[in-house]
Amino acid sequence: MKVFVCIKQVPGVSEVRIDPKTNTLVREGIPSIINPYDKNAIELALTIKEENGAEVIAISMGPPQAEEILREALSMGVDKAFLLTDKAFAGADTLATSYTLALAIKRILKSAKNKKDYLVILGAQAIDGDTGQVGPELAEELDIPQITYVQKFELKENKIIVERIFRTEEVVIIETQLPALLSVLREINIPRFPTMSGIVDAYTKKEVISLDANELKPDKRKIGLNGSMTEVWKIFIPERKAEQIIIKGTNEEIAQELCRNLKNDKIL
Amino acid sequence: MSIFIDDELCTGCGNCVENCAFSGIEIIDNKAIINENCSFCGACLDGCPVNAILIEREEFKIEKIDLSQYRGVWVIAEHYKNIVHPVAFQLLGKGGELAKELGVNLTFVILGADFDDRLEDFSLYGPDKIIYIKSPILKQYYSDLYVEALSDLIIKKKPEIILIGATPTGRDFAPRVAKRLNAGLTADCTGLEIDQNTRNLLQTRPTFGGTLMATIRTPNSRPQMATVRPGIFQSPERMRKKTAIRKIEYNFKEEDLVTKIIKVIDKERSSVNLEEAEIIVAGGRGVGSKENFEMIEELAEVLGAELGGSRVTVELNWLDQDRQIGQTGKTVSPKLYIACGISGAIQHLVGMQNSEIIVAINKDRKAPIFNVAHYGIVGDLHEIVPVLIEEIKKNKNKE
Ligand SMILES: Cc1cc2nc3c(=O)[nH]c(=O)nc-3n(C[C@H](O)[C@H](O)[C@H](O)COP(=O)(O)OP(=O)(O)OC[C@H]3O[C@@H](n4cnc5c(N)ncnc54)[C@H](O)[C@@H]3O)c2cc1C
Ligand SMILES: Nc1ncnc2c1ncn2[C@@H]1O[C@H](COP(=O)(O)O)[C@@H](O)[C@H]1O
Repeated sequence: MKVFVCIKQVPGVSEVRIDPKTNTLVREGIPSIINPYDKNAIELALTIKEENGAEVIAISMGPPQAEEILREALSMGVDKAFLLTDKAFAGADTLATSYTLALAIKRILKSAKNKKDYLVILGAQAIDGDTGQVGPELAEELDIPQITYVQKFELKENKIIVERIFRTEEVVIIETQLPALLSVLREINIPRFPTMSGIVDAYTKKEVISLDANELKPDKRKIGLNGSMTEVWKIFIPERKAEQIIIKGTNEEIAQELCRNLKNDKIL
Repeated sequence: MSIFIDDELCTGCGNCVENCAFSGIEIIDNKAIINENCSFCGACLDGCPVNAILIEREEFKIEKIDLSQYRGVWVIAEHYKNIVHPVAFQLLGKGGELAKELGVNLTFVILGADFDDRLEDFSLYGPDKIIYIKSPILKQYYSDLYVEALSDLIIKKKPEIILIGATPTGRDFAPRVAKRLNAGLTADCTGLEIDQNTRNLLQTRPTFGGTLMATIRTPNSRPQMATVRPGIFQSPERMRKKTAIRKIEYNFKEEDLVTKIIKVIDKERSSVNLEEAEIIVAGGRGVGSKENFEMIEELAEVLGAELGGSRVTVELNWLDQDRQIGQTGKTVSPKLYIACGISGAIQHLVGMQNSEIIVAINKDRKAPIFNVAHYGIVGDLHEIVPVLIEEIKKNKNKE
């Protein structure tokens, strides 16, 4: 069985701050990290490997420096890593991303003994784009069932049984067969840290295989910017809604002033 | 697709570097240089005072589709145990405005098993048409059935805009439908507008956890699909209206399903209704203890408000999980939001920054919550809140 994990390099988002004085982004020291949800995806893949035996393959589409996160995945215990990198892939929206990821998965499956014996695991969403669309679009491209927002997983023979969050209060237990695609929530597990020998292996015994457009032979209309139906028209820093009033005085004065203001605003 | 810097124009001022969220530009030898981090988003263009940056988009080589074949605005509902998620009605409100601007019909689409006697009620929210896809099995949500039925219908009817609530369910079927139709889809929108010249839908959404906003459009393809965050738009006033109702019976069978639902578990359903509350009083770590939270509760009570809080307060067990506000909790947009002892981490802000009026009480003048607050009170909440409660009571008695 093959378990594919799709991982994305993102800026450590909680570090992104706006400088209130200049109204610009403060980016100093923002590290690039594995999308946090994707670490949970890797962890799930590794547990499946330990319990059922499987080959775990990490795939990322991104610029050359995304190799770093693939090395980290290898050092956590992933068996193989593929980096889909080419200028032609740049500017991809989720449609083009899922198309490109699917090409790589299909190519790797070609040499597999059993072409239906596989699982694809993704993070529920990437913290930069925050769309959560790549998973379902990839499942459609591969023509396999999808279960998104998974918080619990079990594999029994070829059956998958998962708990999916439906709404905040509701959980649904769903069963399906391999092949299938899952997107996982942070709650599903606690990702392991790489071991020392894992890190050494990642840099000496294992390799990150780069695939470009020549090797993946995509339909040029479906990759990168050409394959993206959505277009970012502009990016801006959200405006502050109102001038801010700092209310000062004794506690009584503050309370009175606030009530007066809220009355003027027709709230009280 | 390429991006250029005109070296002759570039003054090396570095504005573009400041505006780039991706670290995609550097200043080297006093000139801007694009590096491989560039995502071609174009944020640098606006900020360049000398117009030295140029993005060339290749004209679409794909067979151009005739966009004018596509007309009409659709809202697709989602339900659980026969309760339609309120975001569907909020979208009927917004969708109605968009349809009016475009001069087209508004259609409400629902898939289910027992909605026959609810259709009249749905019509009160203003759709011109209702399409009801009926099948006994659609009592439950199945990805594959939604995708199949909706894709078929969209291919036949060709709407230009499709709005879906950004709930876990909407975000499950919408992308798969978009892929099948090769349609652009924008996730989790918080703003929707029409560009009258092109009939393009301008879809605004937070990225980077809300630090930045992006406006996205789908200029070359139709339909334009968007999932929209619950609690952003208002449900319309209900009124009587003539609505055309179309029922389509599908004969889905259990054996056609690729996934099977074995069990549905309800977590204990709470009566907490933060998404629809007009006033919310929320507490953070600054409240100090579970006992102190009673004071916050009392403030909520005198205001007739719902009680909420930051994730920290949930983790400390001062507050129930379903009252958490923010990225991993609820998104709210009340008329009044009072934040007591909340620092205003970005993950909290994304859940509440759309509130009409925000009041922040915090002893640290530098806390980021003050960046979004309309009224800021710098001080110890343990002293201020009790006085505020008394003052509000006084005001009430006067009325
Ligand atoms: C992936 C992820 C998801 C997250 N999701 C959420 C989410 O959904 N919602 C959420 O809220 N957080 C979320 N967080 C956590 C978030 O980053 C912050 O840690 C959290 O919001 C901080 O809560 P707080 O403001 O209550 O606490 P703190 O940051 O500790 O702030 C307490 C504040 O109280 C003030 N204070 C202390 N004593 C007093 C006093 N006596 N009077 C007045 N002021 C006082 C302090 O000045 C301080 O500003 C998430 C984090 C991550 C990584
Ligand atoms: N460029 C990419 N390369 C590999 N996996 C990706 C990429 N973009 C998104 N993914 C996967 O899709 C998930 C959802 O991403 P998104 O749809 O962008 O929110 C992520 O958690 C990853 O698992």
